[in-house]
Amino acid sequence: MAEDLWILGIHMTKFGKHPSADLVDLASEAALGALADGGVTMTQIGVLAAGNLLGGGGIGQLLQKQIGQTGIPVYNVANACATGATALRTVCLAIKAGEADLGLAVGVEKLSGAGLLGARPRKENTGTWTRSGRDGAVGTVDGRIGTETMAGVFAQVGMEYGHKYGGTSFELFARISEKNHAHSTLNPLAAYQKKMSLEQIMNDVMIAYPNTRPMCSANTDGAAAAVVISGSALARLSREQRRRAVKISASVLTSDPWSESCQILPDVNTLTRNAATQAYEAAGIGPDALDLVELHDCFATAELVHYDNLMLCEPGGAVDFFESGAPWRDGSMPVNVSGGLQSKGHPIAATGIANVWEVATHLRGEAGPRQIEGARVGLAHVIGLGSACGVHILERAVTG
Amino acid sequence: MSTRIPFVDYLVLDPQPHLVAAECTGCAARYFGRRNACARCSGTGFRSVDVASSGEVRAFTIVTFAAPGVPVPFVAAVVDCDGTSVRTNLTDVDASPEHVHLGMKVELTTTVVGTDDDGVEAVNYAFRPAGEH
Repeated sequence: MAEDLWILGIHMTKFGKHPSADLVDLASEAALGALADGGVTMTQIGVLAAGNLLGGGGIGQLLQKQIGQTGIPVYNVANACATGATALRTVCLAIKAGEADLGLAVGVEKLSGAGLLGARPRKENTGTWTRSGRDGAVGTVDGRIGTETMAGVFAQVGMEYGHKYGGTSFELFARISEKNHAHSTLNPLAAYQKKMSLEQIMNDVMIAYPNTRPMCSANTDGAAAAVVISGSALARLSREQRRRAVKISASVLTSDPWSESCQILPDVNTLTRNAATQAYEAAGIGPDALDLVELHDCFATAELVHYDNLMLCEPGGAVDFFESGAPWRDGSMPVNVSGGLQSKGHPIAATGIANVWEVATHLRGEAGPRQIEGARVGLAHVIGLGSACGVHILERAVTG
Repeated sequence: MSTRIPFVDYLVLDPQPHLVAAECTGCAARYFGRRNACARCSGTGFRSVDVASSGEVRAFTIVTFAAPGVPVPFVAAVVDCDGTSVRTNLTDVDASPEHVHLGMKVELTTTVVGTDDDGVEAVNYAFRPAGEH
Protein backbone atom coordinates (compact mmCIF):
# COMPACT_ATOMS: atom_id res chain seq x y z
CA MET A 1 0.00 0.00 0.00
CA ALA A 2 1.28 3.45 -0.93
CA GLU A 3 2.43 5.71 1.88
CA ASP A 4 0.14 8.37 3.32
CA LEU A 5 1.49 11.87 2.79
CA TRP A 6 1.37 14.61 5.40
CA ILE A 7 2.42 18.23 5.62
CA LEU A 8 4.55 18.42 8.73
CA GLY A 9 5.57 22.08 8.48
CA ILE A 10 4.60 24.93 6.18
CA HIS A 11 5.38 28.63 5.91
CA MET A 12 4.88 31.61 3.64
CA THR A 13 6.55 35.00 3.68
CA LYS A 14 4.49 38.12 3.54
CA PHE A 15 3.74 38.81 -0.10
CA GLY A 16 4.53 42.27 -1.41
CA LYS A 17 7.60 44.35 -2.14
CA HIS A 18 10.84 43.00 -0.66
CA PRO A 19 13.48 45.29 -2.20
CA SER A 20 16.24 44.29 0.22
CA ALA A 21 15.71 40.51 -0.06
CA ASP A 22 16.83 38.52 -3.10
CA LEU A 23 15.33 35.25 -4.36
CA VAL A 24 17.56 33.19 -2.08
CA ASP A 25 16.71 35.30 0.98
CA LEU A 26 12.99 34.82 0.37
CA ALA A 27 13.36 31.10 -0.36
CA SER A 28 15.49 30.70 2.78
CA GLU A 29 12.96 32.50 4.96
CA ALA A 30 10.18 30.24 3.71
CA ALA A 31 12.25 27.04 3.92
CA LEU A 32 13.65 27.72 7.39
CA GLY A 33 10.17 28.73 8.51
CA ALA A 34 8.65 25.48 7.25
CA LEU A 35 11.41 23.39 8.85
CA ALA A 36 10.98 25.16 12.20
CA ASP A 37 7.20 24.82 11.95
CA GLY A 38 7.61 21.06 11.51
CA GLY A 39 10.21 20.74 14.26
CA VAL A 40 12.88 19.33 11.93
CA THR A 41 16.13 20.56 10.36
CA MET A 42 17.64 20.50 6.88
CA THR A 43 19.87 17.59 7.89
CA GLN A 44 16.79 15.35 8.13
CA ILE A 45 15.41 16.26 4.70
CA GLY A 46 15.86 13.57 2.03
CA VAL A 47 14.68 15.37 -1.09
CA LEU A 48 14.34 19.02 -2.17
CA ALA A 49 12.19 20.42 -4.97
CA ALA A 50 12.52 24.13 -5.64
CA GLY A 51 10.38 26.17 -7.99
CA ASN A 52 11.15 29.49 -9.62
CA LEU A 53 10.03 30.70 -13.02
CA LEU A 54 11.68 33.98 -13.92
CA GLY A 55 14.89 34.04 -11.89
CA GLY A 56 17.33 32.27 -14.19
CA GLY A 57 17.50 28.71 -12.91
CA GLY A 58 19.19 26.60 -10.26
CA ILE A 59 17.31 28.04 -7.28
CA GLY A 60 17.43 24.71 -5.43
CA GLN A 61 21.23 24.54 -5.27
CA LEU A 62 21.47 28.26 -4.48
CA LEU A 63 19.11 27.67 -1.57
CA GLN A 64 21.16 24.70 -0.35
CA LYS A 65 24.27 26.89 -0.14
CA GLN A 66 22.41 29.20 2.22
CA ILE A 67 20.65 26.71 4.47
CA GLY A 68 22.32 23.29 4.13
CA GLN A 69 24.32 21.36 1.53
CA THR A 70 23.61 17.80 2.53
CA GLY A 71 24.05 16.05 -0.80
CA ILE A 72 20.39 15.17 -1.27
CA PRO A 73 18.72 15.09 -4.70
CA VAL A 74 17.45 18.49 -5.85
CA TYR A 75 14.81 19.06 -8.48
CA ASN A 76 14.50 22.53 -9.97
CA VAL A 77 11.02 22.80 -11.38
CA ALA A 78 9.28 25.30 -13.64
CA ASN A 79 5.67 24.83 -14.69
CA ALA A 80 4.17 28.26 -15.34
CA CYS A 81 1.90 29.47 -12.52
CA ALA A 82 1.61 25.89 -11.25
CA THR A 83 5.35 25.82 -10.42
CA GLY A 84 4.89 25.75 -6.63
CA ALA A 85 2.27 23.02 -6.79
CA THR A 86 4.60 21.07 -9.08
CA ALA A 87 7.44 21.37 -6.55
CA LEU A 88 5.12 20.06 -3.84
CA ARG A 89 3.95 17.24 -6.07
CA THR A 90 7.56 16.33 -6.93
CA VAL A 91 8.33 15.84 -3.24
CA CYS A 92 5.13 13.82 -2.82
CA LEU A 93 6.18 11.55 -5.70
CA ALA A 94 9.64 10.96 -4.23
CA ILE A 95 8.14 10.01 -0.87
CA LYS A 96 5.50 7.79 -2.47
CA ALA A 97 8.28 6.09 -4.42
CA GLY A 98 10.08 5.35 -1.17
CA GLU A 99 13.18 7.40 -2.06
CA ALA A 100 12.78 9.60 1.00
CA ASP A 101 10.42 9.90 3.93
CA LEU A 102 10.89 13.60 4.54
CA GLY A 103 11.07 16.21 1.79
CA LEU A 104 11.06 19.97 1.32
CA ALA A 105 9.21 21.88 -1.41
CA VAL A 106 9.92 25.57 -1.97
CA GLY A 107 8.51 28.13 -4.38
CA VAL A 108 9.87 31.65 -4.75
CA GLU A 109 9.48 34.59 -7.12
CA LYS A 110 10.54 38.24 -7.32
CA LEU A 111 7.85 39.93 -9.34
CA SER A 112 7.12 43.36 -7.91
CA GLY A 113 7.24 45.97 -10.66
CA ALA A 114 7.18 43.30 -13.37
CA GLY A 115 4.28 44.94 -15.17
CA LEU A 116 2.13 43.23 -17.72
CA LEU A 117 2.85 39.52 -18.10
CA GLY A 118 2.51 37.53 -21.28
CA ALA A 119 3.20 40.26 -23.80
CA ARG A 120 6.31 39.49 -25.77
CA PRO A 121 7.45 42.52 -27.72
CA ARG A 122 9.41 41.59 -30.81
CA LYS A 123 11.85 43.83 -32.59
CA GLU A 124 10.04 45.00 -35.66
CA ASN A 125 11.41 44.35 -39.06
CA THR A 126 13.68 46.95 -40.53
CA GLY A 127 14.63 46.57 -44.16
CA THR A 128 12.68 43.71 -45.67
CA TRP A 129 10.01 41.40 -44.29
CA THR A 130 11.37 38.14 -42.85
CA ARG A 131 9.19 35.22 -41.84
CA SER A 132 9.77 33.60 -38.46
CA GLY A 133 8.14 31.22 -36.03
CA ARG A 134 5.77 28.37 -36.71
CA ASP A 135 3.20 30.72 -38.23
CA GLY A 136 5.71 32.40 -40.51
CA ALA A 137 4.73 35.83 -39.18
CA VAL A 138 6.59 38.83 -40.60
CA GLY A 139 6.06 40.98 -37.49
CA THR A 140 4.75 41.14 -33.93
CA VAL A 141 1.62 39.02 -33.60
CA ASP A 142 0.49 40.28 -30.16
CA GLY A 143 -1.98 43.07 -30.79
CA ARG A 144 -2.29 42.26 -34.50
CA ILE A 145 -3.80 38.79 -34.20
CA GLY A 146 -5.55 38.92 -30.86
CA THR A 147 -3.76 39.31 -27.56
CA GLU A 148 -1.04 37.41 -25.73
CA THR A 149 -1.30 39.28 -22.42
CA MET A 150 -2.49 37.24 -19.46
CA ALA A 151 -5.16 39.84 -18.65
CA GLY A 152 -6.51 39.61 -22.19
CA VAL A 153 -6.41 35.82 -22.38
CA PHE A 154 -8.24 35.35 -19.07
CA ALA A 155 -10.71 38.10 -19.94
CA GLN A 156 -11.69 36.05 -22.98
CA VAL A 157 -11.91 32.91 -20.85
CA GLY A 158 -14.53 34.60 -18.65
CA MET A 159 -16.36 36.09 -21.63
CA GLU A 160 -16.47 32.69 -23.31
CA TYR A 161 -18.14 31.26 -20.19
CA GLY A 162 -20.70 34.06 -20.34
CA HIS A 163 -21.35 33.35 -24.00
CA LYS A 164 -21.91 29.69 -23.26
CA TYR A 165 -24.12 30.01 -20.19
CA GLY A 166 -25.24 33.65 -19.94
CA GLY A 167 -25.63 35.74 -16.81
CA THR A 168 -22.22 37.39 -16.75
CA SER A 169 -21.54 41.12 -16.85
CA PHE A 170 -18.76 43.57 -16.12
CA GLU A 171 -20.41 44.21 -12.75
CA LEU A 172 -20.64 40.52 -11.88
CA PHE A 173 -16.91 40.03 -12.47
CA ALA A 174 -16.17 43.17 -10.45
CA ARG A 175 -18.26 41.82 -7.55
CA ILE A 176 -16.05 38.71 -7.44
CA SER A 177 -13.10 41.02 -7.01
CA GLU A 178 -14.99 43.01 -4.35
CA LYS A 179 -15.35 39.75 -2.36
CA ASN A 180 -11.66 38.93 -2.50
CA HIS A 181 -10.53 42.44 -1.59
CA ALA A 182 -12.96 42.35 1.37
CA HIS A 183 -11.50 39.02 2.48
CA SER A 184 -7.94 40.38 2.27
CA THR A 185 -8.51 42.81 5.13
CA LEU A 186 -8.20 39.87 7.54
CA ASN A 187 -4.94 38.54 6.07
CA PRO A 188 -1.78 40.19 7.43
CA LEU A 189 0.37 38.37 4.83
CA ALA A 190 -1.58 39.77 1.86
CA ALA A 191 0.18 42.38 -0.24
CA TYR A 192 -2.93 44.57 -0.24
CA GLN A 193 -5.33 44.52 2.72
CA LYS A 194 -7.65 47.14 1.39
CA LYS A 195 -11.40 46.77 1.13
CA MET A 196 -12.58 48.20 -2.19
CA SER A 197 -16.08 49.23 -3.15
CA LEU A 198 -17.69 47.98 -6.32
CA GLU A 199 -17.54 51.52 -7.71
CA GLN A 200 -13.82 51.78 -6.97
CA ILE A 201 -13.15 48.47 -8.69
CA MET A 202 -15.27 49.25 -11.76
CA ASN A 203 -13.93 52.77 -12.14
CA ASP A 204 -10.26 51.83 -11.79
CA VAL A 205 -7.94 51.58 -14.79
CA MET A 206 -9.21 49.12 -17.39
CA ILE A 207 -6.51 46.59 -18.33
CA ALA A 208 -8.42 44.20 -20.59
CA TYR A 209 -12.21 44.44 -20.50
CA PRO A 210 -13.82 43.30 -18.28
CA ASN A 211 -10.78 43.16 -15.98
CA THR A 212 -9.80 46.45 -14.33
CA ARG A 213 -6.55 46.71 -12.38
CA PRO A 214 -7.89 45.52 -8.99
CA MET A 215 -9.40 42.52 -10.81
CA CYS A 216 -5.94 41.38 -11.92
CA SER A 217 -3.49 39.42 -9.79
CA ALA A 218 -0.92 41.57 -8.07
CA ASN A 219 2.71 41.11 -9.12
CA THR A 220 4.56 40.68 -5.85
CA ASP A 221 7.65 39.13 -4.28
CA GLY A 222 7.23 36.17 -2.00
CA ALA A 223 8.02 32.58 -1.13
CA ALA A 224 6.35 29.59 0.46
CA ALA A 225 7.66 26.20 1.53
CA ALA A 226 6.31 22.93 2.85
CA VAL A 227 7.87 19.95 4.62
CA VAL A 228 6.20 16.71 3.53
CA ILE A 229 6.50 13.49 5.51
CA SER A 230 5.38 9.91 5.05
CA GLY A 231 2.74 8.52 7.36
CA SER A 232 5.11 5.94 8.80
CA ALA A 233 7.77 8.55 9.59
CA LEU A 234 5.16 10.85 11.11
CA ALA A 235 4.07 8.07 13.44
CA ARG A 236 7.52 8.17 15.03
CA LEU A 237 7.32 11.89 15.85
CA SER A 238 5.94 13.69 18.90
CA ARG A 239 2.27 13.95 19.71
CA GLU A 240 2.39 17.72 19.10
CA GLN A 241 3.95 17.24 15.64
CA ARG A 242 1.31 14.66 14.77
CA ARG A 243 -1.49 16.89 16.05
CA ARG A 244 -0.50 19.78 13.79
CA ALA A 245 0.25 17.63 10.72
CA VAL A 246 -2.17 18.00 7.81
CA LYS A 247 -2.99 15.04 5.59
CA ILE A 248 -2.50 15.39 1.83
CA SER A 249 -5.51 13.38 0.71
CA ALA A 250 -4.91 14.14 -2.96
CA SER A 251 -2.04 15.60 -4.98
CA VAL A 252 -2.82 15.86 -8.68
CA LEU A 253 -1.20 17.48 -11.69
CA THR A 254 -2.76 17.63 -15.16
CA SER A 255 -2.15 19.30 -18.52
CA ASP A 256 -4.51 20.23 -21.34
CA PRO A 257 -5.92 17.34 -23.32
CA TRP A 258 -6.65 18.17 -26.95
CA SER A 259 -9.71 20.25 -27.62
CA GLU A 260 -10.62 22.14 -30.76
CA SER A 261 -10.61 25.55 -29.13
CA CYS A 262 -7.48 25.17 -26.99
CA GLN A 263 -5.36 25.61 -30.10
CA ILE A 264 -6.54 29.22 -30.15
CA LEU A 265 -7.54 30.20 -26.61
CA PRO A 266 -6.02 28.15 -23.79
CA ASP A 267 -8.63 25.80 -22.38
CA VAL A 268 -8.26 26.36 -18.64
CA ASN A 269 -11.45 24.41 -18.01
CA THR A 270 -10.86 20.83 -19.11
CA LEU A 271 -7.55 20.29 -17.33
CA THR A 272 -8.96 21.83 -14.13
CA ARG A 273 -12.08 19.67 -14.25
CA ASN A 274 -9.89 16.62 -14.88
CA ALA A 275 -7.61 17.51 -11.96
CA ALA A 276 -10.58 18.06 -9.65
CA THR A 277 -12.19 14.78 -10.69
CA GLN A 278 -8.96 12.88 -10.00
CA ALA A 279 -8.45 14.67 -6.68
CA TYR A 280 -11.96 13.99 -5.36
CA GLU A 281 -11.58 10.36 -6.36
CA ALA A 282 -8.18 10.04 -4.67
CA ALA A 283 -9.45 11.73 -1.49
CA GLY A 284 -12.65 9.71 -1.51
CA ILE A 285 -14.78 12.83 -1.03
CA GLY A 286 -16.98 15.09 -3.14
CA PRO A 287 -16.94 18.87 -3.35
CA ASP A 288 -19.73 19.00 -0.75
CA ALA A 289 -17.24 17.86 1.89
CA LEU A 290 -15.00 20.93 1.42
CA ASP A 291 -14.94 23.59 4.13
CA LEU A 292 -12.86 26.08 2.12
CA VAL A 293 -11.23 26.48 -1.29
CA GLU A 294 -8.25 28.51 -2.44
CA LEU A 295 -8.48 28.71 -6.22
CA HIS A 296 -6.45 30.44 -8.90
CA ASP A 297 -8.14 33.83 -9.26
CA CYS A 298 -5.33 35.26 -11.41
CA PHE A 299 -8.12 37.47 -12.77
CA ALA A 300 -11.70 37.96 -11.58
CA THR A 301 -12.88 36.35 -14.82
CA ALA A 302 -10.89 33.20 -13.97
CA GLU A 303 -12.43 32.76 -10.52
CA LEU A 304 -15.90 32.44 -12.05
CA VAL A 305 -15.02 29.60 -14.41
CA HIS A 306 -13.18 27.69 -11.69
CA TYR A 307 -16.29 27.55 -9.44
CA ASP A 308 -17.64 25.40 -12.24
CA ASN A 309 -14.41 23.55 -13.08
CA LEU A 310 -13.86 22.53 -9.44
CA MET A 311 -17.49 21.36 -9.33
CA LEU A 312 -18.45 23.72 -6.52
CA CYS A 313 -21.67 24.16 -8.51
CA GLU A 314 -23.58 22.40 -11.28
CA PRO A 315 -22.13 22.75 -14.81
CA GLY A 316 -23.11 26.21 -16.04
CA GLY A 317 -24.11 27.29 -12.54
CA ALA A 318 -21.16 29.51 -11.58
CA VAL A 319 -23.12 32.78 -11.77
CA ASP A 320 -25.92 31.41 -9.57
CA PHE A 321 -23.30 30.00 -7.20
CA PHE A 322 -21.74 33.43 -6.79
CA GLU A 323 -25.09 35.22 -6.57
CA SER A 324 -26.10 32.88 -3.72
CA GLY A 325 -23.29 34.27 -1.58
CA ALA A 326 -21.71 30.82 -1.24
CA PRO A 327 -18.09 31.86 -1.89
CA TRP A 328 -18.03 34.66 0.69
CA ARG A 329 -16.26 33.73 3.93
CA ASP A 330 -19.61 33.46 5.75
CA GLY A 331 -21.17 31.52 2.86
CA SER A 332 -21.63 27.80 2.39
CA MET A 333 -18.40 27.33 0.39
CA PRO A 334 -15.82 30.01 1.28
CA VAL A 335 -13.49 30.70 -1.67
CA ASN A 336 -10.25 32.66 -1.42
CA VAL A 337 -10.62 33.80 2.17
CA SER A 338 -6.94 34.81 1.93
CA GLY A 339 -7.91 37.64 -0.43
CA GLY A 340 -6.92 35.61 -3.47
CA LEU A 341 -4.22 36.50 -5.95
CA GLN A 342 -5.97 39.81 -6.64
CA SER A 343 -5.12 41.09 -3.14
CA LYS A 344 -2.78 38.56 -1.52
CA GLY A 345 -0.50 38.78 -4.57
CA HIS A 346 0.82 36.31 -7.11
CA PRO A 347 4.57 35.64 -6.89
CA ILE A 348 4.16 32.96 -9.54
CA ALA A 349 6.25 30.04 -8.26
CA ALA A 350 5.26 30.63 -4.63
CA THR A 351 1.51 30.68 -5.26
CA GLY A 352 0.89 26.93 -5.42
CA ILE A 353 2.42 26.32 -2.00
CA ALA A 354 0.94 29.53 -0.55
CA ASN A 355 -2.55 28.32 -1.44
CA VAL A 356 -1.80 25.06 0.38
CA TRP A 357 -0.48 27.09 3.34
CA GLU A 358 -3.73 29.02 3.56
CA VAL A 359 -5.84 25.87 3.60
CA ALA A 360 -3.51 24.05 6.04
CA THR A 361 -3.55 27.00 8.42
CA HIS A 362 -7.34 26.91 8.63
CA LEU A 363 -7.33 23.13 9.12
CA ARG A 364 -4.93 23.60 12.02
CA GLY A 365 -7.25 26.23 13.50
CA GLU A 366 -4.43 28.78 13.35
CA ALA A 367 -5.83 31.35 10.91
CA GLY A 368 -6.61 33.97 13.55
CA PRO A 369 -9.37 36.47 12.74
CA ARG A 370 -10.03 34.97 9.31
CA GLN A 371 -10.34 31.39 10.59
CA ILE A 372 -13.12 29.36 8.98
CA GLU A 373 -14.46 27.76 12.14
CA GLY A 374 -14.30 24.00 12.30
CA ALA A 375 -12.57 23.65 8.93
CA ARG A 376 -11.74 19.99 8.41
CA VAL A 377 -11.20 19.57 4.64
CA GLY A 378 -9.97 22.07 2.05
CA LEU A 379 -8.85 22.28 -1.56
CA ALA A 380 -5.99 24.29 -3.08
CA HIS A 381 -5.92 24.88 -6.84
CA VAL A 382 -3.51 26.56 -9.23
CA ILE A 383 -3.31 26.74 -12.96
CA GLY A 384 -0.50 27.66 -15.30
CA LEU A 385 -1.02 28.53 -18.95
CA GLY A 386 0.70 26.37 -21.37
CA SER A 387 -0.58 24.26 -19.47
CA ALA A 388 -0.55 22.79 -15.97
CA CYS A 389 -3.11 22.44 -13.21
CA GLY A 390 -2.35 21.40 -9.65
CA VAL A 391 -5.02 20.40 -7.15
CA HIS A 392 -4.29 19.37 -3.56
CA ILE A 393 -6.94 18.25 -1.09
CA LEU A 394 -5.97 18.51 2.56
CA GLU A 395 -7.55 17.09 5.70
CA ARG A 396 -7.11 17.92 9.37
CA ALA A 397 -5.27 15.35 11.43
CA VAL A 398 -7.30 13.31 13.86
CA THR A 399 -5.08 12.26 16.73
CA GLY A 400 -6.14 10.17 19.65
CA MET B 1 3.64 48.74 -58.28
CA SER B 2 4.15 47.17 -54.93
CA THR B 3 3.76 43.47 -54.27
CA ARG B 4 1.83 42.07 -51.33
CA ILE B 5 2.64 39.25 -48.95
CA PRO B 6 0.48 37.74 -46.21
CA PHE B 7 1.40 38.61 -42.62
CA VAL B 8 1.31 34.92 -41.63
CA ASP B 9 1.66 31.68 -43.59
CA TYR B 10 -1.93 30.61 -42.97
CA LEU B 11 -3.40 33.67 -44.69
CA VAL B 12 -3.91 33.37 -48.45
CA LEU B 13 -4.52 36.65 -50.28
CA ASP B 14 -5.56 35.60 -53.79
CA PRO B 15 -7.98 35.39 -55.42
CA GLN B 16 -10.03 36.18 -52.28
CA PRO B 17 -8.35 36.57 -48.89
CA HIS B 18 -9.01 33.54 -46.69
CA LEU B 19 -7.39 31.44 -43.98
CA VAL B 20 -6.11 27.93 -44.52
CA ALA B 21 -5.72 25.29 -41.84
CA ALA B 22 -3.71 22.09 -41.73
CA GLU B 23 -6.33 19.38 -41.28
CA CYS B 24 -5.36 15.97 -39.94
CA THR B 25 -6.22 13.33 -42.53
CA GLY B 26 -6.90 10.87 -39.71
CA CYS B 27 -9.27 12.76 -37.39
CA ALA B 28 -9.97 16.11 -39.12
CA ALA B 29 -8.55 18.21 -36.27
CA ARG B 30 -7.51 21.59 -37.64
CA TYR B 31 -4.42 23.65 -36.86
CA PHE B 32 -2.93 26.97 -37.88
CA GLY B 33 0.81 27.01 -38.33
CA ARG B 34 3.26 24.18 -38.86
CA ARG B 35 2.64 20.90 -36.98
CA ASN B 36 4.78 17.78 -36.65
CA ALA B 37 1.94 15.45 -35.78
CA CYS B 38 -1.69 15.75 -34.77
CA ALA B 39 -2.10 16.76 -31.11
CA ARG B 40 -5.37 14.84 -31.01
CA CYS B 41 -4.61 11.47 -32.67
CA SER B 42 -0.84 11.61 -33.33
CA GLY B 43 -1.40 11.11 -37.05
CA THR B 44 1.21 12.64 -39.32
CA GLY B 45 -0.84 13.23 -42.45
CA PHE B 46 -2.25 16.70 -43.08
CA ARG B 47 -4.06 18.39 -45.92
CA SER B 48 -4.62 22.08 -46.47
CA VAL B 49 -8.25 23.19 -46.11
CA ASP B 50 -9.94 26.56 -46.52
CA VAL B 51 -11.52 27.98 -43.39
CA ALA B 52 -14.92 29.71 -43.54
CA SER B 53 -14.47 33.47 -43.81
CA SER B 54 -17.43 34.38 -41.65
CA GLY B 55 -18.37 33.39 -38.16
CA GLU B 56 -19.51 34.56 -34.76
CA VAL B 57 -17.66 36.06 -31.81
CA ARG B 58 -17.33 33.46 -29.07
CA ALA B 59 -15.14 35.52 -26.73
CA PHE B 60 -13.63 38.98 -26.79
CA THR B 61 -11.72 41.47 -24.71
CA ILE B 62 -10.81 45.09 -25.20
CA VAL B 63 -7.12 45.44 -24.50
CA THR B 64 -6.11 48.80 -23.08
CA PHE B 65 -2.69 47.80 -21.70
CA ALA B 66 -0.26 45.96 -23.96
CA ALA B 67 3.44 45.62 -24.69
CA PRO B 68 5.30 48.73 -25.87
CA GLY B 69 4.60 49.38 -29.55
CA VAL B 70 1.22 47.65 -29.60
CA PRO B 71 -1.46 50.25 -30.40
CA VAL B 72 -4.31 50.29 -27.85
CA PRO B 73 -7.18 50.02 -27.37
CA PHE B 74 -7.96 47.12 -29.65
CA VAL B 75 -10.54 44.37 -29.64
CA ALA B 76 -9.14 40.83 -29.44
CA ALA B 77 -11.54 37.99 -30.08
CA VAL B 78 -12.05 34.32 -30.71
CA VAL B 79 -14.30 33.78 -33.71
CA ASP B 80 -16.06 30.50 -34.40
CA CYS B 81 -15.85 30.04 -38.18
CA ASP B 82 -18.18 27.15 -38.85
CA GLY B 83 -16.55 24.98 -36.19
CA THR B 84 -12.97 26.24 -36.53
CA SER B 85 -11.79 28.65 -33.82
CA VAL B 86 -9.81 31.64 -35.08
CA ARG B 87 -7.83 34.12 -33.00
CA THR B 88 -8.12 37.63 -34.38
CA ASN B 89 -8.58 41.32 -33.88
CA LEU B 90 -11.92 42.91 -34.63
CA THR B 91 -11.77 45.95 -36.86
CA ASP B 92 -14.23 48.56 -38.14
CA VAL B 93 -15.92 48.63 -34.75
CA ASP B 94 -15.55 50.96 -31.75
CA ALA B 95 -13.31 49.46 -29.11
CA SER B 96 -15.95 49.76 -26.41
CA PRO B 97 -18.18 47.19 -24.70
CA GLU B 98 -21.26 48.98 -26.06
CA HIS B 99 -20.27 48.16 -29.63
CA VAL B 100 -18.96 44.61 -29.40
CA HIS B 101 -21.02 41.70 -28.19
CA LEU B 102 -20.80 37.96 -27.79
CA GLY B 103 -22.46 36.12 -30.64
CA MET B 104 -21.82 39.03 -33.04
CA LYS B 105 -21.67 37.97 -36.71
CA VAL B 106 -18.35 38.88 -38.31
CA GLU B 107 -16.50 38.36 -41.59
CA LEU B 108 -12.87 38.25 -42.67
CA THR B 109 -11.20 41.39 -43.95
CA THR B 110 -7.62 42.47 -44.52
CA THR B 111 -5.48 45.35 -43.30
CA VAL B 112 -2.08 46.57 -44.42
CA VAL B 113 0.52 46.26 -41.68
CA GLY B 114 3.25 48.24 -43.46
CA THR B 115 5.58 48.42 -46.44
CA ASP B 116 9.22 47.34 -46.37
CA ASP B 117 12.26 48.84 -48.11
CA ASP B 118 11.53 46.90 -51.31
CA GLY B 119 8.00 48.28 -51.44
CA VAL B 120 6.44 44.99 -50.35
CA GLU B 121 3.22 45.37 -48.40
CA ALA B 122 2.51 42.98 -45.54
CA VAL B 123 -1.21 42.26 -45.36
CA ASN B 124 -2.84 40.92 -42.20
CA TYR B 125 -6.31 39.58 -41.54
CA ALA B 126 -8.93 40.76 -39.08
CA PHE B 127 -12.69 40.32 -38.73
CA ARG B 128 -15.29 43.08 -39.04
CA PRO B 129 -19.03 43.18 -38.36
CA ALA B 130 -20.75 41.23 -41.13
CA GLY B 131 -23.01 42.77 -43.72
CA GLU B 132 -22.21 46.37 -42.95
CA HIS B 133 -19.86 47.01 -45.86
